[in-house]
Amino acid sequence: MNDDVQRFLDRLTERNATRGPEPTWIAARRQAGAARFEALGFPHRRIENWKYTDVRDIARHDFALAGDADFSPAAAAALTLPLDGHRLTFVDGVFAPALSDLGDLPDGVQLMPLSQALEDNHEAVGGPLGRLTGVEFSPFAALNTAFMEEGAVVRLAPRTVVEKPIVLQFLSRAGEQAVMSHPRILIEAGGRSQATVVEHHVGEEGAANFTNLVEEIILERGAILTHYKLQEAPIQDRHVASIQVEQARDSRYTSFNLNLGGGLVRNDLVSDLNGQGAETTFQGLFYGQGRQHVDNHTLVNHNAPHTTSRENYKGILDDRAHGVFNGKVIVKRDSQKIEAEQSNANLLLSDRAEIDTKPELEIYADDVKCAHGATTGQLDEEAIYALRTRGIDAQTARGLLTLAFAGEVMERVDLDAVAERVELTVAGKLPERFNLAGLVETATALNEE
Amino acid sequence: MLEVKDLHVTVEGSEILKGLNLTIGAGEVHAIMGPNGAGKSTLSAVIAGKDGYEVTHGTITFEGRDVLEMEIEERARKGLLLGFQYPVEIPGVKNIYLLKAALNAKREAEGLGEIPAPEFMKLIKEKIAFMQMDASFLQRAVNEGFSGGEKKRNEILQMLVLQPRLAMLDEIDSGLDIDAMKVVAKGVNSLRAEDRGILLVTHYQRLLDYIVPDQVHVLVDGRIVKSGDADLARELEDRGYDWLLEGSAA
Repeated sequence: MNDDVQRFLDRLTERNATRGPEPTWIAARRQAGAARFEALGFPHRRIENWKYTDVRDIARHDFALAGDADFSPAAAAALTLPLDGHRLTFVDGVFAPALSDLGDLPDGVQLMPLSQALEDNHEAVGGPLGRLTGVEFSPFAALNTAFMEEGAVVRLAPRTVVEKPIVLQFLSRAGEQAVMSHPRILIEAGGRSQATVVEHHVGEEGAANFTNLVEEIILERGAILTHYKLQEAPIQDRHVASIQVEQARDSRYTSFNLNLGGGLVRNDLVSDLNGQGAETTFQGLFYGQGRQHVDNHTLVNHNAPHTTSRENYKGILDDRAHGVFNGKVIVKRDSQKIEAEQSNANLLLSDRAEIDTKPELEIYADDVKCAHGATTGQLDEEAIYALRTRGIDAQTARGLLTLAFAGEVMERVDLDAVAERVELTVAGKLPERFNLAGLVETATALNEE
Repeated sequence: MLEVKDLHVTVEGSEILKGLNLTIGAGEVHAIMGPNGAGKSTLSAVIAGKDGYEVTHGTITFEGRDVLEMEIEERARKGLLLGFQYPVEIPGVKNIYLLKAALNAKREAEGLGEIPAPEFMKLIKEKIAFMQMDASFLQRAVNEGFSGGEKKRNEILQMLVLQPRLAMLDEIDSGLDIDAMKVVAKGVNSLRAEDRGILLVTHYQRLLDYIVPDQVHVLVDGRIVKSGDADLARELEDRGYDWLLEGSAA
């Protein structure tokens, strides 16, 4: 066995030695995860799916597991999104009750750390856990399974409409010893339930940890879920996320996959459209600077007729950043009358930035409507000049145009707190909120006069 | 207000302006006319600060300051504003945002705070009505999908909001039908003021029927070969430029 794999398994053995009594099924599942990870090893670039992403920066490191969730409340407050929501916070993967807010949960909503769900009711969690994003998903999903113990569980009873966003916050600490965490997020949205989940990855400057996330999202018939994933981890953090969504008839899933941070980032997002009328929308934005590497792999499985998928990913790369977009759509043989749209546009702000983009369509049905396209370009110097001749400084002009490029994605972001973070990172400090919701409303009112 | 002295400008190795002199005082409207390729657009582009123009000799001063030493945005904030012959489309940037960001940049340079939203909306409402534009323009991306006439009105709208000290309008009449030209001319005439200069660059005399200049200059082959009052424009309409071209070659 490879030394790298062994090092991770040694950490697992250490961890397992500290565990108290547990039901056998969870230990068996961890064991299956470890066995699968051992068999697969870390992915290398000769594997098609990992062609552009080198994970040696993860594999060669020795990451410990965090032992506590200590975090200064003031520092945490500065990182927390100003959102009025129900909140779970994890520090380096460890649940932090003091930084969480579980008061006023509406009827029909269960929100708790995975450790508590396991303690309270093993059976209910045991069923879905690992059913979607299982050990076969990827070596990282197998590794996560080997370590699984903490994360977030969100359950919505049928017809429950949650007004406030559910915020899952993951904080990464700076320290002498880099740590790893393997959180799992399990979301089960009952029939016709409706909610917004905001997943936020952020941390202290100088942190250089490894987050290996697995998410399983189940949408029952008619459920509507909006899922923001705002990843603004410290610039040396490694972030790997494996997300699988299962959608029943007439359900609607919208993902905003917003990646601003992290040194090495890989997202795998899969949606299975299993029932007629199911609809999935993938909105993505990735911004890379310095030597950041951001890889987004998405897959939509049109497993049923009359299903719809829309995908729009925008990449902005500066300095020597490297972006990867791979968007795959598979239409099964009997999935007639489906609609699939996909687009990826990239903006290169420097000569040394790089993007690898690849749309893939596999269509086995004959009555379908599919479209895809990919473009890559640079900022329009004429437009920068035009803005400067109106008194707007060069830096603001560039920021404005960069943000305008991301506009199609950002104008659909309903949460100001999220949009503002993106704006600040991508465009720097602008005179005011770019979308100017208030002004536009006033202009509309004027128009109606 | 603006003083251009012995200006020589080279573009991609060839000399376009060859010793141009021009003085514009406050309250004056000047028109520069000339045949295609004479260097008309080069002059306004150099004053605004566009890349790719090399000043090999001469000076441009605006209210005592060396314009060539100023950043593009600084020129605009000091009140030197150029209306483009071909306004650029800026996808994704709303007109109203451009107007507000530009106005606030100017106010900041003047030591004023950001304009309060109600005051801004009142100002914008008044100006778009004056330019006979629909309020929906404000929410559209700058010039994107605008007709030729809409783009030119939009340039004037920006002037009305930003209130420049010297407004330079490069072929503001090109591509306009007569009704659009009247609206644009009304906008420009409303800018005429004791403390403001206006520089019109145009190929045709037609515009000058609606905006009557105090002085007309004929630019031929990089130099001003003749100056006069509004009557000179009419003479050019009758006689064309050829008689002046011969004069310059001699």
